[in-house]
Parts: sequence; C-alpha cells; structure tokens
Amino acid sequence: MNDSIQLAHGGGGLMTRDFVRAEVLTRFGSSALKSLPDAATLSVPGRDIVFTSDSFVVSPLEFPGGNIGSLAVHGSVNDVAVAGGMPLWLSLCLIMEEGLPRSVLGGILDSVSAAAGSCGIEVVTGDTKVVERGKCDRLYINTACIGRRLENFNLSTDNIHPGDMVLVSGPVGDHGMAVMAVRAGIDLSDGPRSDSGPVHRLVLAAQPFAKDVRFMRDPTRGGVAAVLNEAMEKKPADIVLREDSVPVSPKTRAITEMLGVDPLHSACEGRVILICGPGSADAILGAWRKLPEGAGAAQIGEVTSGRGMVLIETITGSRRIVDVPRGELLPRIC
Amino acid sequence: MKYIDEFRDAAAASVLCEHLAELGNRLARAGRRVAVMEVCGTHTMAVARHGIRDILPGNVELISGPGCPVCVTGPGYIDAAVELARKGCVIVTFGDMMNVPGSDTTLAAARADGAAVKVCYSPSNALETAAGTPGREVVFLGIGFEATVAAVAGLINNAVKAQPGNFSILSAFKTIPPAMSALLADPDVAIDAFLCPAHVSAIIGADAYRGIAESHGIPCVVAGFEPLDILLGLVRILEQLEQGAARVDNQYSRVVTAAGNLKAQGLMARYLQPSDAFWRGIGTIPGSGLTIRPEYADMDAAVRLGIEVLAGRTPAGCRCGDVISGKLRPQECRMFGSACTPENPVGSCMVSSEGTCASFFRYAAGKGAQVPG
Amino acid sequence: MCLAVPMQVVEIRGDNTGVADLDGVRHDVDLSLVESPAIGDYVIVHAGFAIERLNQTEADIRLKYFAELAGTRHGAILPGEGT
Repeated sequence: MNDSIQLAHGGGGLMTRDFVRAEVLTRFGSSALKSLPDAATLSVPGRDIVFTSDSFVVSPLEFPGGNIGSLAVHGSVNDVAVAGGMPLWLSLCLIMEEGLPRSVLGGILDSVSAAAGSCGIEVVTGDTKVVERGKCDRLYINTACIGRRLENFNLSTDNIHPGDMVLVSGPVGDHGMAVMAVRAGIDLSDGPRSDSGPVHRLVLAAQPFAKDVRFMRDPTRGGVAAVLNEAMEKKPADIVLREDSVPVSPKTRAITEMLGVDPLHSACEGRVILICGPGSADAILGAWRKLPEGAGAAQIGEVTSGRGMVLIETITGSRRIVDVPRGELLPRIC
Repeated sequence: MKYIDEFRDAAAASVLCEHLAELGNRLARAGRRVAVMEVCGTHTMAVARHGIRDILPGNVELISGPGCPVCVTGPGYIDAAVELARKGCVIVTFGDMMNVPGSDTTLAAARADGAAVKVCYSPSNALETAAGTPGREVVFLGIGFEATVAAVAGLINNAVKAQPGNFSILSAFKTIPPAMSALLADPDVAIDAFLCPAHVSAIIGADAYRGIAESHGIPCVVAGFEPLDILLGLVRILEQLEQGAARVDNQYSRVVTAAGNLKAQGLMARYLQPSDAFWRGIGTIPGSGLTIRPEYADMDAAVRLGIEVLAGRTPAGCRCGDVISGKLRPQECRMFGSACTPENPVGSCMVSSEGTCASFFRYAAGKGAQVPG
Repeated sequence: MCLAVPMQVVEIRGDNTGVADLDGVRHDVDLSLVESPAIGDYVIVHAGFAIERLNQTEADIRLKYFAELAGTRHGAILPGEGT
C-alpha cells in the first residue's frame, strides 16, 4: 500500500471507500456514521440548538501543544460553548494535498478522535477530498458543530454596562506565540505551548450565574484585543484593563518580548473572555478555578462609562488604547 | 524576566513621574518649553506602550526622531527588492519591511502575487535559507542602524566562512550620529535635547555623541528601553536643561560603555565602509550609510545581481520627512488617520508599528489628549 | 529601532554560537560579537545575535537606586494613612 495520499483517494471509487473505512470508520464508527449515509440523522434534545461552522488552515500542521486535528475539535466546540451551547455533534471535512503521508494524517485523526472523546462529542458526518499537489498546504479541515442551547444565558453586547467585570479563564496569547515561534524559525528547544483545549466545562461552570453573564467569547485570531474591541464597538462605555492583572504565562511573555508582539494581540485556543455583572464575578472566578482549564482565571478589568474604547492602565499610571491588531502578526526587530 | 521586570516597577515609576513633574514646573516658571527628541523608534514604541507621553509635564514635548529603519527606507529600495523577487530570487527580510510602500507596491503584495519573500527573526535564517535552496539566489534585506548592522556584520562573517555561493545582501544600512547632526544643522528643527538610543549606543558607545553635545550645546542622554530607564533619562535631561548643561550622560551603563562594543565595531569595519545614504523624507545625508566593501562584492546584491537602487517615488502630499525631523506632529499631517492609516499606509511612518505615525495612531487614536482618564 | 532582550547564556559551542535562556525559553544565539562570552553571562540579544554583554554590577547598582526611590514613595504614603 502506498503510504501517501493520492488523488484517487478522493476520487469516489474503491480507493476512497477503502480509505474511509481504514482511516475514518476505525476512529469514528459511531452509530450515526457506521453505514456511511450521505447525511446523519440525529435526535435533537430540547428545542433550541446552537450551530457553528469553522475551517482550519494552520501551518505548521503540528505545533507545541497540539495539531490541526485537536485544534479543529476545540475550535468548533468552543464556538458553540461561548454562544451558550453544549456541543454534541461534529462534522469533519478533510481537504488533503496529494502526497500527504498517511502516517501524518493518521496521527492527526487520532488527535481528532481523542479530543472529541474528551469533549464528549461525536463525529457524525464528514467528507474527504484530495487536491493536486500545490493546490493546498498539506491538509485543511472544515467542521460544523451542533450543540443544545443552555438555559438562562442571554448573551448580548447590548447588556454590557458600566460597573461590569471582565474575566479571562487563563493566561492569554499562548497559542499565537507557540505557532509564531515555530513559524519565525526560532530554534526553541522548550518554547511556549498552545493552550488549545475545550472551554465547554468553563461555560457549564458559569451557568449557575448565567443571568448575570453579558458576553462570552473565545479570543482566537486577534486575541483579547480584537474580541474586546468588537464587543465595545459603538457602545457608550469603555473597558479599562489593568496591565498587571492580565495573566500571561512566562514563556509566552518571553516570546512576546523577543518578537515585539503585544500578548493581547496573540491568539488563544482554550480560553474564555467573559463580561458579567459585578455581583457574580467572584463566584464565576471561584467556579472556574476549581477546573484545571480555569486554574489561571483572573479578573482583568472593568467596564466604565466611555465611548466604545478599550484602554489599559500601564505601570506609569497612565492609560493607553488597546488597538485591534492590523493585518498579519509579524515578528519585528525594530 | 530578569533585568526586564525590575525596570518596570510601578512604585519607582511614580516617584520618577513626580520628579519629572517638579522639574517641568520649575522650567515652566522660568518660562521654558522643552522639546526632547527620542531618536530611536524602539523608544517611540516603549513611550507609547507605557503611556509615558501622557504623564509628561505640559511644557515638555517628546518628538519622535528618524531612528526607525522602516520609516527612512526609500521607496526605491523596496522597488529593487521587489524586482529581485520577481526575477526569481528568494528574499529574506525582517517582518518590519513587509508593508513598507515602494513606488507602486509592497513586499507583502509581491508575495501574494507569487514572489518568494520569507520573513525571518534572525539574519542567520537567511543563510539557512541559502543552504536549503541551492541554485537559487537568496537575498537578505540589510536594513537597520548600528545594532542591526552589527548583527548583519556577524552574518557576513559567517557567510564568508560558509561560502554558500548563492547568498547576498541588499544593503541600506544607516548610522545615527550623522542623522542627528544633520537635524541640528537644519534651521527649521528646534530640539533642546536628545534621548539617545539604547542598543545603537551599545555598539557605538556613549562617546559617539560627545561631538554633538559639545558643538551644538545640547544634552545627550543615553537611556535603556524599559519605562524606569526612560523616565530617569528624561529626569536627567530636564536637570541638565535647568542647569544649562550640555553633556553626554550614559544612563544605560549596564549595557553601554563609553567606547562601545569594539569587537562588533571591528567586524563592521572589516566588511563595511562609510557611504552617503538616502533617508526617506529627508534626502541624502553624507556619511550616514554603510555599504559592503568591494573585497566582498560577491555578497553585495547590488553588484552580484546587477541591480540599481533608485530614488523611487514618494506619494504626493506625504510629509513623513517633516514628521521624523520633528517639524510636524503626526496629527498635524492632513492625511493622518484619513487617507493614511495603518491598514493603508501612504507614508512609511504609518507602516512599522514603531513608526511615529503608526505609534500615535495605535496608542492614542490620533489624539493623545482625547484619551480619557 | 532595535528590539532586544537580556538573556542568560546557558551553553557555548565551538563555532561562536550558543544557547541563551529567557524565563525557560531557550534559543540559539550567535555570540561572535561579544568578547569572551561565558556561561552565566547575561547578553543583550537582538535578532538572534548577542550584541553586548550586560554588566550585572552596573545593573544591580541601578536596581538598588530604583528600590530606594520606590521606598521613599512607600515611606511618604504610609504615615499619611495613619499607621
């Protein structure tokens, strides 16, 4: 057997069938997928569902702390979770470049399987396509994720008011710096690791206080800065962060200093930013800190009256604007 | 982070801020307004990041100088780099250069069109790229001031030993003291003191500013890039101005010596020679550049690949030159924040995040005074 | 113009390169610009090159000065708070 992906693996013939049986059914042979129907038939609990779709094109495919497979599961689960949903089912579409080693693909699918298992979700449908060499960068993954809506969450940026608190579930910027360090060609024998992980348990832990929760988001591309600026756009209020309250892990901080990047601009893949009424902040932090993924949770700032800006109080006691990162995040020497 | 975090202590910073306020008040009572130029772009960034401009006394102004290599790189240099990329060379560059406008395009746009442009963190990556792509010319974009030039001199030294045979450097190196002298010689530029760069000074030494301090009667204080370093540097500048002194004062003695890094200077002198250099927005400053010596011409991309760096075209109405010589505040430029933004920079000062205009735009939304609080 | 961080030299190789550490992040550094680098030295790393050694004695003198400054601040505040 040839150990690379060939165009014929996506051709729809015998090779496709054998490939799907060998690589997919062995890992994801759940009841919905077993007979390889064209679509999954599912029984939706309750009335409302939460539904999201996402694509993953990360380079390199593997990075410290994860790979494109675990990232695809966590990214999809997290999008459902921060919308106030409990993820249930995942679709998985693979777009593979001809020549991708089967062993690389196998390792990534193992990660998908493990991550889905630990999130308690099932892969119920999917698709595989192969494109000619050079037409994609090794492997792209597209997913959709369906969850059931959790009771009592009423998330809207319109509910954000002065006095509200801004919480984060752990250190920020780890994923972005782990990937950038690899891309920048820095020889890091022991660099920062991606925080890629699920946040649905954090959302469950916050559910008892759901009525007081205004806003939840996982700060991926653009980091905390982009999420908060989006939340405050055109609002008659500001967010004021405190520089010394924003948790950043030591290695990620070291890399941001070396590469001249603001940790608030660097992506997270396993964190929640949550804005809530002042009365629930401590309780939510307490509930989060009981979970391993929330051990580093912190209150990083609060909402004040203002005009839609995100500011940070620096160590000199003055305030500066936390801007939205522009374009591609590049290491700089200057 | 040892030797970083200690220099960001909030309690010490607040005492230094009080000192600054008091010195500023005394100068104000004597009827003095003070313009301090921070020569270096990394100082500009640190000032913005730590909100230092907002805590300055009202009569003390910080003006950002020409020490941002991206800001002073001429459009013709980008044109030459893009032309080399289109001819099939692999271009290796610091990330800072990707969005600098050439006459018609940028390296980022050229990459999108299929050119091989690689962003590196260290110049050493360029040599690795050359080894990994035999038979293809690899060109490193050699920009920067003395600290970066020292690193590139180290790279040339390694390349001379490794003899990759497909590697060269397109040089646009610049030196800081001639630019400072040129600014002071311009009657339209009014500067009372220089906050001198940290890491350039590590290479050239604090004594390099002696001539400037003495002949122009202007205080030159070398300071590190951490907030306490900058605040103390500003305190020392105001003290000199109050006393009517004009000395070189090295406040970054943990890294900078009087004579500088002699080993680095030796390597730079071995491979590079002084030349005139073109500064975007300012023009040609005699003796302010460094080019590769003829003995090493096979590593000089201009000679090896027969490319000429022309002046290029700067967009009409762009006033970056006036901004980096302190004649114009960023928000006084008619294009600032409207025709010229970090997403669509017209001038180079809006490109690099340390560029004067970009730094103003990012950290103060265009008008520092409007920041509440 | 020259972003650089102090890192500690933890390994030196024969070819003028070595490994430097900043809070557990280690990466290769070119040491050819520094005179007689030694393990344990702090060097200023810019774009992968150590461009100068950090003088720890000078740094400690400066830190002591800043600590004293910070102390005057606390000293000034505490009595006013009725302690």
